[in-house]
Amino acid sequence: MNPGQPALPVLKARAQPPDAPELLHLNPALTTRWLEEFLRHEVTFRRGFHKVVIGISGGVDSALVAYLCARALGPERVVGIRMPYKTSNPESLAHGRLVTEALGIEEDTIDITPMVDGYLANDPEADGRRRGNVMARSRMIVLFDRSERFHALPIGTGNKSERLFGYFTWHADDSPPINPLGDLYKTQVWQLARYLGVPEPVVDKPASADLVVGQTDEADFGISYALADRILHYLLSGYPVDWLTRHGFSAADVALVKRRLDSTHWKRHLSTFAMLSSTSIHDYYLRPVDY
Amino acid sequence: MEWHVAVAQLRPKKGDYPATLAHLGDVLAQLEASDEPLDVLVLPEMALTGYFLQGGVAEVARPAEQFLDELTTLFRQVTHRGRPPLDIVIGFPERHDSRLYNAVLYATLSREEGRSIIHHVHRKIFLPTYGVFDEKRYVNRGRELTPFETRAGRVGMLICEDAWHTITGTVLALGGAQIVYIPVASPARGFTGAVVTNVARWHRLAQSMAEEHAVFVVTANLVGFEGGKGFIGASIVVNPAGEIMVQGPVGEECMLRATLDLDEIAIARASLPLLGDLESQLPDLLHALRHAASPHGEGGPP
Repeated sequence: MNPGQPALPVLKARAQPPDAPELLHLNPALTTRWLEEFLRHEVTFRRGFHKVVIGISGGVDSALVAYLCARALGPERVVGIRMPYKTSNPESLAHGRLVTEALGIEEDTIDITPMVDGYLANDPEADGRRRGNVMARSRMIVLFDRSERFHALPIGTGNKSERLFGYFTWHADDSPPINPLGDLYKTQVWQLARYLGVPEPVVDKPASADLVVGQTDEADFGISYALADRILHYLLSGYPVDWLTRHGFSAADVALVKRRLDSTHWKRHLSTFAMLSSTSIHDYYLRPVDY
Repeated sequence: MEWHVAVAQLRPKKGDYPATLAHLGDVLAQLEASDEPLDVLVLPEMALTGYFLQGGVAEVARPAEQFLDELTTLFRQVTHRGRPPLDIVIGFPERHDSRLYNAVLYATLSREEGRSIIHHVHRKIFLPTYGVFDEKRYVNRGRELTPFETRAGRVGMLICEDAWHTITGTVLALGGAQIVYIPVASPARGFTGAVVTNVARWHRLAQSMAEEHAVFVVTANLVGFEGGKGFIGASIVVNPAGEIMVQGPVGEECMLRATLDLDEIAIARASLPLLGDLESQLPDLLHALRHAASPHGEGGPP
Protein backbone atom coordinates (compact mmCIF):
# COMPACT_ATOMS: atom_id res chain seq x y z
CA MET A 1 0.00 0.00 0.00
CA ASN A 2 1.33 3.41 -0.85
CA PRO A 3 -0.25 6.06 1.34
CA GLY A 4 -1.08 9.15 -0.60
CA GLN A 5 -1.36 7.24 -3.86
CA PRO A 6 -4.35 8.71 -5.70
CA ALA A 7 -7.23 6.30 -6.17
CA LEU A 8 -7.79 4.94 -9.66
CA PRO A 9 -10.47 6.74 -11.57
CA VAL A 10 -13.66 4.69 -11.62
CA LEU A 11 -15.72 4.42 -14.79
CA LYS A 12 -19.14 2.88 -14.39
CA ALA A 13 -21.08 1.06 -17.09
CA ARG A 14 -24.13 3.06 -17.92
CA ALA A 15 -27.31 1.26 -17.00
CA GLN A 16 -30.10 2.52 -19.18
CA PRO A 17 -33.01 3.38 -16.89
CA PRO A 18 -36.46 2.30 -18.09
CA ASP A 19 -37.39 5.96 -18.47
CA ALA A 20 -34.34 6.85 -20.60
CA PRO A 21 -35.54 9.32 -23.21
CA GLU A 22 -33.69 7.57 -26.02
CA LEU A 23 -35.46 4.23 -25.50
CA LEU A 24 -38.03 4.68 -28.27
CA HIS A 25 -36.50 7.75 -29.90
CA LEU A 26 -36.31 7.21 -33.64
CA ASN A 27 -33.83 8.54 -36.12
CA PRO A 28 -36.63 10.52 -37.83
CA ALA A 29 -34.85 11.17 -41.13
CA LEU A 30 -33.94 7.51 -41.56
CA THR A 31 -37.40 6.32 -40.53
CA THR A 32 -39.16 8.78 -42.83
CA ARG A 33 -37.05 7.71 -45.79
CA TRP A 34 -37.76 4.06 -45.09
CA LEU A 35 -41.52 4.59 -44.76
CA GLU A 36 -41.60 6.61 -47.99
CA GLU A 37 -39.79 3.78 -49.75
CA PHE A 38 -42.26 1.30 -48.24
CA LEU A 39 -45.20 3.30 -49.61
CA ARG A 40 -43.73 3.68 -53.08
CA HIS A 41 -42.86 0.03 -53.21
CA GLU A 42 -46.11 -1.41 -51.86
CA VAL A 43 -48.46 1.03 -53.63
CA THR A 44 -46.80 1.47 -57.00
CA PHE A 45 -44.19 -1.22 -57.67
CA ARG A 46 -46.03 -4.09 -56.03
CA ARG A 47 -49.68 -3.23 -56.64
CA GLY A 48 -49.55 -0.84 -59.61
CA PHE A 49 -51.62 1.93 -58.00
CA HIS A 50 -50.79 5.59 -58.49
CA LYS A 51 -53.18 7.14 -56.02
CA VAL A 52 -54.10 6.58 -52.38
CA VAL A 53 -57.04 7.50 -50.14
CA ILE A 54 -56.68 8.19 -46.44
CA GLY A 55 -59.40 8.71 -43.88
CA ILE A 56 -58.42 12.06 -42.32
CA SER A 57 -59.80 12.10 -38.79
CA GLY A 58 -58.16 15.30 -37.63
CA GLY A 59 -55.86 13.26 -35.41
CA VAL A 60 -52.13 12.82 -35.57
CA ASP A 61 -52.02 9.26 -36.99
CA SER A 62 -53.92 9.98 -40.18
CA ALA A 63 -52.16 13.34 -40.48
CA LEU A 64 -48.77 11.65 -40.35
CA VAL A 65 -49.86 9.07 -42.95
CA ALA A 66 -51.02 11.88 -45.23
CA TYR A 67 -47.65 13.63 -44.85
CA LEU A 68 -45.76 10.43 -45.59
CA CYS A 69 -47.92 9.63 -48.63
CA ALA A 70 -47.60 13.16 -49.99
CA ARG A 71 -43.82 12.95 -49.68
CA ALA A 72 -43.62 9.43 -51.13
CA LEU A 73 -46.07 9.74 -54.01
CA GLY A 74 -46.60 13.48 -54.48
CA PRO A 75 -49.55 15.45 -53.03
CA GLU A 76 -51.47 15.18 -56.30
CA ARG A 77 -51.73 11.44 -55.74
CA VAL A 78 -53.25 11.64 -52.26
CA VAL A 79 -56.93 12.09 -51.41
CA GLY A 80 -57.84 12.91 -47.81
CA ILE A 81 -61.36 11.87 -46.88
CA ARG A 82 -63.02 13.46 -43.87
CA MET A 83 -65.93 11.43 -42.52
CA PRO A 84 -67.67 13.33 -39.72
CA TYR A 85 -70.65 12.08 -37.73
CA LYS A 86 -73.10 14.53 -36.21
CA THR A 87 -71.60 14.12 -32.72
CA SER A 88 -67.98 14.36 -33.88
CA ASN A 89 -66.00 17.17 -32.34
CA PRO A 90 -66.13 20.06 -34.88
CA GLU A 91 -62.46 20.57 -34.11
CA SER A 92 -61.72 17.20 -35.77
CA LEU A 93 -63.13 18.44 -39.07
CA ALA A 94 -61.19 21.70 -38.79
CA HIS A 95 -57.95 19.87 -37.95
CA GLY A 96 -58.50 17.59 -40.94
CA ARG A 97 -58.73 20.72 -43.10
CA LEU A 98 -55.46 22.00 -41.60
CA VAL A 99 -53.76 18.86 -42.86
CA THR A 100 -55.25 18.77 -46.36
CA GLU A 101 -54.58 22.48 -46.85
CA ALA A 102 -51.03 22.33 -45.54
CA LEU A 103 -50.23 19.48 -47.95
CA GLY A 104 -52.31 20.71 -50.87
CA ILE A 105 -53.93 17.30 -51.25
CA GLU A 106 -57.42 16.72 -52.62
CA GLU A 107 -60.05 16.75 -49.90
CA ASP A 108 -63.29 14.82 -49.93
CA THR A 109 -65.87 15.10 -47.14
CA ILE A 110 -68.56 12.49 -46.61
CA ASP A 111 -70.98 12.93 -43.71
CA ILE A 112 -71.60 9.44 -42.35
CA THR A 113 -74.56 10.56 -40.20
CA PRO A 114 -77.27 9.38 -42.64
CA MET A 115 -75.82 5.90 -43.04
CA VAL A 116 -75.07 5.45 -39.33
CA ASP A 117 -78.43 6.82 -38.19
CA GLY A 118 -80.23 4.96 -40.96
CA TYR A 119 -78.97 1.69 -39.57
CA LEU A 120 -79.32 2.66 -35.90
CA ALA A 121 -82.95 3.71 -36.46
CA ASN A 122 -83.63 -0.01 -36.24
CA ASP A 123 -82.14 -0.13 -32.78
CA PRO A 124 -82.22 3.27 -31.09
CA GLU A 125 -81.23 1.71 -27.74
CA ALA A 126 -77.75 0.77 -28.98
CA ASP A 127 -75.11 1.83 -26.48
CA GLY A 128 -72.09 4.03 -27.12
CA ARG A 129 -69.78 1.12 -27.81
CA ARG A 130 -72.02 -0.30 -30.51
CA ARG A 131 -72.58 3.15 -31.99
CA GLY A 132 -68.83 3.72 -32.10
CA ASN A 133 -68.29 0.43 -33.91
CA VAL A 134 -71.03 1.24 -36.43
CA MET A 135 -69.35 4.59 -37.09
CA ALA A 136 -65.93 2.97 -37.55
CA ARG A 137 -67.34 0.32 -39.89
CA SER A 138 -69.31 2.93 -41.85
CA ARG A 139 -66.07 4.84 -42.36
CA MET A 140 -64.45 1.64 -43.61
CA ILE A 141 -67.24 1.23 -46.18
CA VAL A 142 -66.84 4.82 -47.33
CA LEU A 143 -63.05 4.59 -47.51
CA PHE A 144 -63.10 1.44 -49.64
CA ASP A 145 -65.85 2.76 -51.88
CA ARG A 146 -64.04 6.06 -52.40
CA SER A 147 -60.88 4.10 -53.18
CA GLU A 148 -62.77 2.35 -55.95
CA ARG A 149 -64.08 5.66 -57.24
CA PHE A 150 -60.63 7.25 -57.30
CA HIS A 151 -58.89 4.04 -58.51
CA ALA A 152 -56.80 4.43 -55.41
CA LEU A 153 -55.51 2.22 -52.62
CA PRO A 154 -56.76 2.83 -49.06
CA ILE A 155 -53.94 3.39 -46.58
CA GLY A 156 -54.27 2.38 -42.94
CA THR A 157 -53.40 4.66 -40.06
CA GLY A 158 -53.46 2.45 -36.95
CA ASN A 159 -50.33 2.65 -34.79
CA LYS A 160 -48.57 -0.11 -32.87
CA SER A 161 -49.80 1.01 -29.44
CA GLU A 162 -53.46 0.80 -30.39
CA ARG A 163 -52.91 -2.44 -32.28
CA LEU A 164 -51.34 -3.94 -29.15
CA PHE A 165 -54.10 -2.58 -26.92
CA GLY A 166 -56.81 -3.80 -29.30
CA TYR A 167 -58.02 -0.21 -29.31
CA PHE A 168 -59.68 -0.27 -32.69
CA THR A 169 -62.76 -1.71 -34.35
CA TRP A 170 -61.99 -5.11 -35.85
CA HIS A 171 -62.21 -5.20 -39.66
CA ALA A 172 -62.72 -1.42 -39.71
CA ASP A 173 -59.73 0.77 -38.79
CA ASP A 174 -57.42 -2.19 -39.41
CA SER A 175 -58.78 -3.13 -42.83
CA PRO A 176 -56.68 -1.15 -45.38
CA PRO A 177 -54.14 -3.39 -47.11
CA ILE A 178 -51.17 -1.13 -46.40
CA ASN A 179 -50.21 0.68 -43.23
CA PRO A 180 -46.97 2.58 -42.69
CA LEU A 181 -47.55 3.20 -38.95
CA GLY A 182 -48.24 -0.34 -37.76
CA ASP A 183 -44.81 -0.78 -36.18
CA LEU A 184 -44.62 2.69 -34.62
CA TYR A 185 -45.66 3.31 -31.03
CA LYS A 186 -47.89 6.32 -30.46
CA THR A 187 -45.05 8.28 -28.89
CA GLN A 188 -43.01 7.59 -32.03
CA VAL A 189 -45.91 8.79 -34.18
CA TRP A 190 -45.85 12.05 -32.24
CA GLN A 191 -42.08 12.36 -32.69
CA LEU A 192 -42.26 11.74 -36.42
CA ALA A 193 -45.26 14.05 -36.86
CA ARG A 194 -43.36 16.90 -35.20
CA TYR A 195 -40.32 16.17 -37.35
CA LEU A 196 -42.38 16.34 -40.55
CA GLY A 197 -44.16 19.53 -39.55
CA VAL A 198 -47.69 18.25 -39.00
CA PRO A 199 -49.66 21.30 -37.74
CA GLU A 200 -49.16 21.77 -34.00
CA PRO A 201 -52.85 21.76 -33.01
CA VAL A 202 -53.08 18.26 -34.52
CA VAL A 203 -49.98 16.94 -32.77
CA ASP A 204 -50.41 18.64 -29.42
CA LYS A 205 -54.04 17.77 -28.65
CA PRO A 206 -54.91 14.70 -26.56
CA ALA A 207 -55.39 11.61 -28.72
CA SER A 208 -59.05 10.69 -29.12
CA ALA A 209 -61.07 8.18 -31.13
CA ASP A 210 -63.80 10.85 -31.11
CA LEU A 211 -66.53 8.23 -31.11
CA VAL A 212 -68.03 9.52 -27.86
CA VAL A 213 -68.19 13.19 -26.87
CA GLY A 214 -65.21 14.19 -24.70
CA GLN A 215 -63.46 10.83 -25.12
CA THR A 216 -59.62 10.58 -24.92
CA ASP A 217 -57.46 7.49 -25.47
CA GLU A 218 -55.47 7.88 -22.29
CA ALA A 219 -58.60 8.29 -20.14
CA ASP A 220 -60.03 5.15 -21.78
CA PHE A 221 -56.83 3.22 -21.02
CA GLY A 222 -56.13 4.57 -17.54
CA ILE A 223 -52.46 5.03 -18.47
CA SER A 224 -50.45 7.49 -20.57
CA TYR A 225 -49.02 6.49 -23.93
CA ALA A 226 -45.57 7.54 -22.72
CA LEU A 227 -45.70 4.94 -19.97
CA ALA A 228 -47.68 2.28 -21.84
CA ASP A 229 -45.34 2.36 -24.84
CA ARG A 230 -42.32 1.68 -22.64
CA ILE A 231 -44.02 -1.20 -20.88
CA LEU A 232 -45.17 -2.63 -24.21
CA HIS A 233 -41.65 -2.30 -25.59
CA TYR A 234 -40.18 -4.34 -22.73
CA LEU A 235 -42.96 -6.95 -22.73
CA LEU A 236 -42.63 -7.48 -26.48
CA SER A 237 -38.85 -7.73 -26.12
CA GLY A 238 -39.27 -10.65 -23.74
CA TYR A 239 -38.72 -9.01 -20.34
CA PRO A 240 -40.84 -10.68 -17.65
CA VAL A 241 -43.25 -8.75 -15.45
CA ASP A 242 -41.06 -9.01 -12.36
CA TRP A 243 -38.13 -7.47 -14.26
CA LEU A 244 -40.32 -4.48 -15.09
CA THR A 245 -41.47 -4.00 -11.52
CA ARG A 246 -37.88 -4.33 -10.28
CA HIS A 247 -36.89 -1.58 -12.70
CA GLY A 248 -39.30 1.07 -11.53
CA PHE A 249 -42.62 0.36 -13.22
CA SER A 250 -45.62 0.03 -10.92
CA ALA A 251 -47.18 -3.42 -10.70
CA ALA A 252 -50.58 -1.90 -11.43
CA ASP A 253 -49.40 -0.22 -14.64
CA VAL A 254 -47.66 -3.36 -15.87
CA ALA A 255 -50.72 -5.48 -15.06
CA LEU A 256 -53.00 -3.07 -16.91
CA VAL A 257 -50.86 -3.13 -20.04
CA LYS A 258 -50.33 -6.88 -19.94
CA ARG A 259 -54.04 -7.55 -19.49
CA ARG A 260 -54.83 -5.40 -22.54
CA LEU A 261 -52.12 -7.08 -24.57
CA ASP A 262 -52.99 -10.64 -23.60
CA SER A 263 -56.72 -10.26 -24.14
CA THR A 264 -56.52 -8.89 -27.68
CA HIS A 265 -54.36 -11.31 -29.67
CA TRP A 266 -57.46 -12.34 -31.61
CA LYS A 267 -57.91 -8.81 -32.90
CA ARG A 268 -54.54 -8.92 -34.58
CA HIS A 269 -55.47 -11.97 -36.64
CA LEU A 270 -57.88 -12.92 -39.36
CA SER A 271 -60.85 -15.10 -38.48
CA THR A 272 -60.29 -18.47 -36.84
CA PHE A 273 -61.17 -21.24 -39.26
CA ALA A 274 -61.97 -24.82 -38.31
CA MET A 275 -59.13 -26.95 -39.65
CA LEU A 276 -60.24 -30.19 -41.29
CA SER A 277 -57.44 -31.07 -43.69
CA SER A 278 -53.72 -30.92 -44.15
CA THR A 279 -54.15 -28.21 -46.76
CA SER A 280 -55.76 -25.74 -44.35
CA ILE A 281 -54.98 -22.15 -45.41
CA HIS A 282 -52.44 -20.39 -43.16
CA ASP A 283 -51.94 -23.64 -41.25
CA TYR A 284 -50.49 -25.86 -43.98
CA TYR A 285 -50.91 -23.86 -47.15
CA LEU A 286 -48.50 -21.03 -46.43
CA ARG A 287 -47.82 -18.34 -49.00
CA PRO A 288 -46.62 -14.81 -48.28
CA VAL A 289 -48.97 -11.91 -49.03
CA ASP A 290 -46.97 -10.82 -52.07
CA TYR A 291 -46.15 -14.19 -53.62
CA MET B 1 -3.34 -10.28 -59.98
CA GLU B 2 -6.31 -7.99 -60.41
CA TRP B 3 -9.83 -9.38 -60.11
CA HIS B 4 -12.66 -7.18 -61.33
CA VAL B 5 -15.85 -7.48 -59.34
CA ALA B 6 -19.36 -6.13 -59.87
CA VAL B 7 -22.09 -6.40 -57.25
CA ALA B 8 -25.70 -5.98 -58.39
CA GLN B 9 -27.86 -4.88 -55.49
CA LEU B 10 -31.15 -6.08 -56.95
CA ARG B 11 -34.85 -5.65 -56.24
CA PRO B 12 -36.64 -8.75 -57.52
CA LYS B 13 -40.19 -8.65 -58.80
CA LYS B 14 -41.46 -11.23 -56.39
CA GLY B 15 -43.77 -13.85 -57.78
CA ASP B 16 -42.70 -12.94 -61.33
CA TYR B 17 -39.59 -14.98 -62.09
CA PRO B 18 -39.50 -14.23 -65.85
CA ALA B 19 -39.66 -10.47 -65.16
CA THR B 20 -36.85 -10.69 -62.62
CA LEU B 21 -34.75 -12.87 -64.93
CA ALA B 22 -35.27 -10.19 -67.59
CA HIS B 23 -34.17 -7.60 -65.02
CA LEU B 24 -30.95 -9.57 -64.55
CA GLY B 25 -30.63 -9.43 -68.34
CA ASP B 26 -30.75 -5.61 -68.08
CA VAL B 27 -27.95 -5.77 -65.51
CA LEU B 28 -25.85 -7.96 -67.79
CA ALA B 29 -26.53 -5.64 -70.72
CA GLN B 30 -25.42 -2.65 -68.64
CA LEU B 31 -22.19 -4.43 -67.80
CA GLU B 32 -21.74 -5.45 -71.42
CA ALA B 33 -22.05 -1.83 -72.50
CA SER B 34 -19.31 -0.77 -70.10
CA ASP B 35 -15.66 -0.60 -71.14
CA GLU B 36 -14.47 -1.59 -67.67
CA PRO B 37 -13.07 -5.09 -67.35
CA LEU B 38 -15.23 -7.54 -65.41
CA ASP B 39 -14.45 -10.99 -64.04
CA VAL B 40 -17.26 -11.79 -61.64
CA LEU B 41 -20.80 -10.56 -61.02
CA VAL B 42 -22.12 -11.08 -57.48
CA LEU B 43 -25.85 -11.10 -56.69
CA PRO B 44 -27.87 -11.38 -53.48
CA GLU B 45 -29.44 -14.33 -51.71
CA MET B 46 -32.60 -15.53 -53.52
CA ALA B 47 -31.81 -12.87 -56.09
CA LEU B 48 -34.46 -13.72 -58.68
CA THR B 49 -37.29 -15.03 -56.51
CA GLY B 50 -37.39 -12.81 -53.46
CA TYR B 51 -36.63 -14.11 -50.00
CA PHE B 52 -39.89 -14.71 -48.07
CA LEU B 53 -41.39 -17.54 -50.10
CA GLN B 54 -42.81 -19.84 -47.42
CA GLY B 55 -44.23 -22.95 -49.15
CA GLY B 56 -43.76 -21.21 -52.51
CA VAL B 57 -40.10 -22.20 -52.40
CA ALA B 58 -41.04 -25.65 -53.74
CA GLU B 59 -42.61 -24.03 -56.80
CA VAL B 60 -39.60 -21.91 -57.78
CA ALA B 61 -36.73 -24.17 -56.70
CA ARG B 62 -34.72 -25.64 -59.58
CA PRO B 63 -31.65 -27.84 -59.99
CA ALA B 64 -28.40 -25.93 -60.30
CA GLU B 65 -27.89 -27.34 -63.81
CA GLN B 66 -31.23 -25.94 -64.97
CA PHE B 67 -30.42 -22.61 -63.37
CA LEU B 68 -27.07 -22.56 -65.15
CA ASP B 69 -28.83 -23.19 -68.47
CA GLU B 70 -31.21 -20.28 -67.85
CA LEU B 71 -28.35 -17.98 -66.93
CA THR B 72 -26.31 -19.08 -69.94
CA THR B 73 -29.22 -18.47 -72.31
CA LEU B 74 -29.65 -14.99 -70.86
CA PHE B 75 -25.89 -14.33 -71.05
CA ARG B 76 -25.88 -15.24 -74.73
CA GLN B 77 -28.89 -13.06 -75.42
CA VAL B 78 -27.43 -9.89 -73.99
CA THR B 79 -23.69 -10.21 -74.65
CA HIS B 80 -21.84 -9.91 -77.92
CA ARG B 81 -19.73 -12.40 -79.77
CA GLY B 82 -16.20 -12.47 -78.42
CA ARG B 83 -17.30 -11.57 -74.91
CA PRO B 84 -14.99 -13.51 -72.57
CA PRO B 85 -16.56 -15.81 -69.99
CA LEU B 86 -18.03 -14.20 -66.88
CA ASP B 87 -18.13 -15.71 -63.41
CA ILE B 88 -21.34 -15.30 -61.47
CA VAL B 89 -22.24 -15.70 -57.80
CA ILE B 90 -26.01 -15.84 -57.36
CA GLY B 91 -28.38 -16.98 -54.63
CA PHE B 92 -31.29 -19.24 -55.65
CA PRO B 93 -33.71 -21.80 -54.23
CA GLU B 94 -32.23 -25.16 -55.18
CA ARG B 95 -33.82 -28.55 -55.70
CA HIS B 96 -31.16 -31.20 -55.17
CA ASP B 97 -31.55 -34.92 -54.47
CA SER B 98 -35.29 -34.38 -53.91
CA ARG B 99 -34.56 -31.79 -51.24
CA LEU B 100 -34.89 -28.02 -51.15
CA TYR B 101 -32.06 -25.69 -50.20
CA ASN B 102 -31.31 -22.02 -49.88
CA ALA B 103 -28.23 -22.08 -52.11
CA VAL B 104 -25.70 -19.97 -53.94
CA LEU B 105 -24.23 -20.94 -57.29
CA TYR B 106 -20.72 -20.11 -58.47
CA ALA B 107 -20.53 -20.62 -62.21
CA THR B 108 -18.68 -19.44 -65.25
CA LEU B 109 -21.00 -18.30 -68.03
CA SER B 110 -19.70 -18.74 -71.53
CA ARG B 111 -21.05 -17.84 -74.96
CA GLU B 112 -19.51 -21.02 -76.33
CA GLU B 113 -21.82 -24.02 -76.54
CA GLY B 114 -21.38 -26.34 -73.58
CA ARG B 115 -18.63 -24.27 -71.99
CA SER B 116 -20.59 -22.79 -69.07
CA ILE B 117 -19.63 -24.65 -65.93
CA ILE B 118 -20.65 -24.92 -62.31
CA HIS B 119 -17.71 -24.54 -59.95
CA HIS B 120 -19.58 -24.91 -56.70
CA VAL B 121 -22.96 -24.79 -54.99
CA HIS B 122 -22.97 -23.72 -51.36
CA ARG B 123 -26.08 -24.68 -49.42
CA LYS B 124 -26.87 -22.42 -46.48
CA ILE B 125 -25.79 -24.00 -43.23
CA PHE B 126 -27.33 -21.66 -40.69
CA LEU B 127 -31.03 -21.37 -41.43
CA PRO B 128 -32.50 -18.56 -39.30
CA THR B 129 -35.72 -19.71 -37.70
CA TYR B 130 -36.72 -17.08 -35.20
CA GLY B 131 -38.70 -13.86 -35.26
CA VAL B 132 -39.45 -12.93 -38.85
CA PHE B 133 -37.41 -15.88 -40.19
CA ASP B 134 -38.73 -19.39 -40.73
CA GLU B 135 -36.23 -21.10 -43.01
CA LYS B 136 -35.94 -24.49 -41.33
CA ARG B 137 -39.61 -25.03 -41.98
CA TYR B 138 -39.17 -24.82 -45.75
CA VAL B 139 -35.61 -25.79 -46.71
CA ASN B 140 -32.96 -28.25 -45.63
CA ARG B 141 -29.72 -27.17 -44.08
CA GLY B 142 -26.48 -27.51 -45.96
CA ARG B 143 -23.86 -29.78 -44.39
CA GLU B 144 -20.69 -28.70 -46.14
CA LEU B 145 -18.46 -25.67 -46.06
CA THR B 146 -15.59 -25.87 -48.51
CA PRO B 147 -13.54 -23.36 -50.49
CA PHE B 148 -13.10 -24.11 -54.18
CA GLU B 149 -10.89 -23.16 -57.10
CA THR B 150 -11.71 -20.36 -59.52
CA ARG B 151 -9.75 -18.25 -61.97
CA ALA B 152 -9.06 -15.95 -58.99
CA GLY B 153 -7.66 -18.82 -56.92
CA ARG B 154 -9.47 -20.36 -53.97
CA VAL B 155 -12.59 -18.61 -52.81
CA GLY B 156 -15.45 -19.39 -50.44
CA MET B 157 -19.14 -18.56 -50.23
CA LEU B 158 -21.48 -18.03 -47.30
CA ILE B 159 -25.15 -17.11 -47.25
CA CYS B 160 -26.47 -14.51 -44.83
CA GLU B 161 -26.60 -16.00 -41.31
CA ASP B 162 -23.70 -18.30 -42.22
CA ALA B 163 -21.55 -15.20 -41.89
CA TRP B 164 -22.92 -14.23 -38.46
CA HIS B 165 -20.89 -17.11 -36.98
CA THR B 166 -17.21 -16.26 -37.01
CA ILE B 167 -16.26 -19.90 -37.30
CA THR B 168 -17.48 -20.10 -40.92
CA GLY B 169 -15.15 -17.37 -42.14
CA THR B 170 -12.36 -19.03 -40.19
CA VAL B 171 -13.02 -22.40 -41.83
CA LEU B 172 -12.97 -20.85 -45.31
CA ALA B 173 -9.79 -18.86 -44.64
CA LEU B 174 -8.03 -21.92 -43.20
CA GLY B 175 -9.11 -23.79 -46.34
CA GLY B 176 -7.31 -21.26 -48.46
CA ALA B 177 -10.09 -18.89 -49.50
CA GLN B 178 -8.79 -15.50 -50.56
CA ILE B 179 -12.17 -14.01 -51.36
CA VAL B 180 -15.38 -14.70 -49.45
CA TYR B 181 -18.59 -13.94 -51.34
CA ILE B 182 -21.68 -13.46 -49.18
CA PRO B 183 -25.13 -13.13 -50.81
CA VAL B 184 -27.52 -11.65 -48.25
CA ALA B 185 -31.23 -10.97 -47.70
CA SER B 186 -31.46 -8.91 -44.53
CA PRO B 187 -34.72 -7.10 -43.68
CA ALA B 188 -34.13 -3.78 -41.92
CA ARG B 189 -34.84 -3.40 -38.23
CA GLY B 190 -33.66 -0.83 -35.73
CA PHE B 191 -34.26 2.82 -36.66
CA THR B 192 -33.11 4.56 -33.50
CA GLY B 193 -29.43 4.98 -34.37
CA ALA B 194 -27.45 6.91 -36.94
CA VAL B 195 -27.78 3.99 -39.37
CA VAL B 196 -30.16 1.05 -39.53
CA THR B 197 -29.05 -1.39 -36.83
CA ASN B 198 -28.45 -4.40 -39.07
CA VAL B 199 -26.64 -2.33 -41.70
CA ALA B 200 -24.06 -1.48 -39.04
CA ARG B 201 -24.00 -5.10 -37.92
CA TRP B 202 -23.36 -6.38 -41.44
CA HIS B 203 -20.53 -3.98 -41.99
CA ARG B 204 -18.90 -4.95 -38.70
CA LEU B 205 -19.22 -8.63 -39.57
CA ALA B 206 -17.73 -8.32 -43.05
CA GLN B 207 -14.95 -5.99 -41.96
CA SER B 208 -14.02 -8.21 -39.00
CA MET B 209 -13.86 -11.30 -41.19
CA ALA B 210 -11.70 -9.54 -43.78
CA GLU B 211 -9.39 -8.01 -41.20
CA GLU B 212 -8.91 -11.12 -39.08
CA HIS B 213 -8.06 -13.44 -41.95
CA ALA B 214 -6.74 -10.93 -44.50
CA VAL B 215 -9.25 -11.91 -47.16
CA PHE B 216 -11.45 -9.88 -49.47
CA VAL B 217 -15.12 -9.99 -48.48
CA VAL B 218 -17.90 -9.16 -50.93
CA THR B 219 -21.50 -8.88 -49.71
CA ALA B 220 -24.46 -8.57 -52.09
CA ASN B 221 -27.67 -7.60 -50.35
CA LEU B 222 -31.20 -7.72 -51.66
CA VAL B 223 -33.29 -4.52 -51.72
CA GLY B 224 -37.02 -3.89 -52.05
CA PHE B 225 -39.94 -4.65 -49.77
CA GLU B 226 -41.65 -7.98 -49.25
CA GLY B 227 -44.85 -7.78 -47.26
CA GLY B 228 -43.70 -4.65 -45.44
CA LYS B 229 -40.24 -5.98 -44.72
CA GLY B 230 -37.63 -3.90 -46.53
CA PHE B 231 -34.22 -5.32 -47.35
CA ILE B 232 -31.25 -3.15 -46.47
CA GLY B 233 -28.93 -3.26 -49.43
CA ALA B 234 -25.75 -1.46 -48.31
CA SER B 235 -23.65 -4.15 -50.00
CA ILE B 236 -19.91 -3.73 -49.54
CA VAL B 237 -16.55 -4.84 -50.85
CA VAL B 238 -13.94 -5.03 -48.09
CA ASN B 239 -10.18 -5.32 -48.57
CA PRO B 240 -7.84 -7.51 -46.49
CA ALA B 241 -7.11 -4.56 -44.19
CA GLY B 242 -10.81 -4.55 -43.25
CA GLU B 243 -11.49 -1.30 -45.09
CA ILE B 244 -14.67 -0.78 -47.07
CA MET B 245 -13.64 -0.19 -50.71
CA VAL B 246 -17.14 0.61 -51.95
CA GLN B 247 -20.57 0.61 -50.39
CA GLY B 248 -24.06 0.53 -51.89
CA PRO B 249 -26.88 2.77 -50.69
CA VAL B 250 -29.42 1.57 -48.16
CA GLY B 251 -32.60 0.25 -49.75
CA GLU B 252 -31.91 1.21 -53.37
CA GLU B 253 -30.82 -0.73 -56.40
CA CYS B 254 -27.28 -0.12 -57.57
CA MET B 255 -24.20 -1.63 -59.15
CA LEU B 256 -20.90 -1.65 -57.28
CA ARG B 257 -17.60 -2.01 -59.10
CA ALA B 258 -14.26 -2.82 -57.48
CA THR B 259 -10.90 -4.08 -58.59
CA LEU B 260 -9.40 -6.49 -56.09
CA ASP B 261 -5.61 -6.56 -56.07
CA LEU B 262 -5.07 -10.10 -54.81
CA ASP B 263 -1.43 -9.29 -53.99
CA GLU B 264 -2.75 -7.26 -51.07
CA ILE B 265 -3.62 -10.50 -49.29
CA ALA B 266 -0.01 -11.58 -48.89
CA ILE B 267 1.01 -8.05 -47.88
CA ALA B 268 -1.69 -7.89 -45.20
CA ARG B 269 -0.82 -11.37 -43.91
CA ALA B 270 2.86 -10.48 -43.69
CA SER B 271 2.16 -7.43 -41.57
CA LEU B 272 -0.45 -9.12 -39.37
CA PRO B 273 0.00 -12.92 -39.53
CA LEU B 274 -3.12 -13.86 -37.58
CA LEU B 275 -4.12 -16.62 -39.99
CA GLY B 276 -0.63 -18.16 -39.76
CA ASP B 277 -0.81 -17.97 -35.96
CA LEU B 278 -4.15 -19.71 -36.06
CA GLU B 279 -2.80 -22.47 -38.30
CA SER B 280 0.06 -23.15 -35.89
CA GLN B 281 -2.27 -23.28 -32.87
CA LEU B 282 -4.91 -25.29 -34.66
CA PRO B 283 -4.12 -28.74 -33.16
CA ASP B 284 -4.61 -27.42 -29.62
CA LEU B 285 -7.70 -25.47 -30.61
CA LEU B 286 -9.24 -28.47 -32.36
CA HIS B 287 -8.75 -30.45 -29.17
CA ALA B 288 -10.42 -27.67 -27.20
CA LEU B 289 -13.21 -27.47 -29.76
CA ARG B 290 -13.93 -31.19 -29.54
CA HIS B 291 -14.02 -30.88 -25.77
CA ALA B 292 -16.34 -27.86 -25.88
CA ALA B 293 -18.63 -29.58 -28.38
CA SER B 294 -18.99 -32.64 -26.17
CA PRO B 295 -21.82 -32.36 -23.63
CA HIS B 296 -19.88 -34.47 -21.10
CA GLY B 297 -16.43 -33.06 -21.71
CA GLU B 298 -15.29 -36.15 -23.61
CA GLY B 299 -11.93 -35.97 -25.24
CA GLY B 300 -10.01 -35.03 -22.11
CA PRO B 301 -9.27 -31.65 -20.63
CA PRO B 302 -8.52 -28.91 -23.14
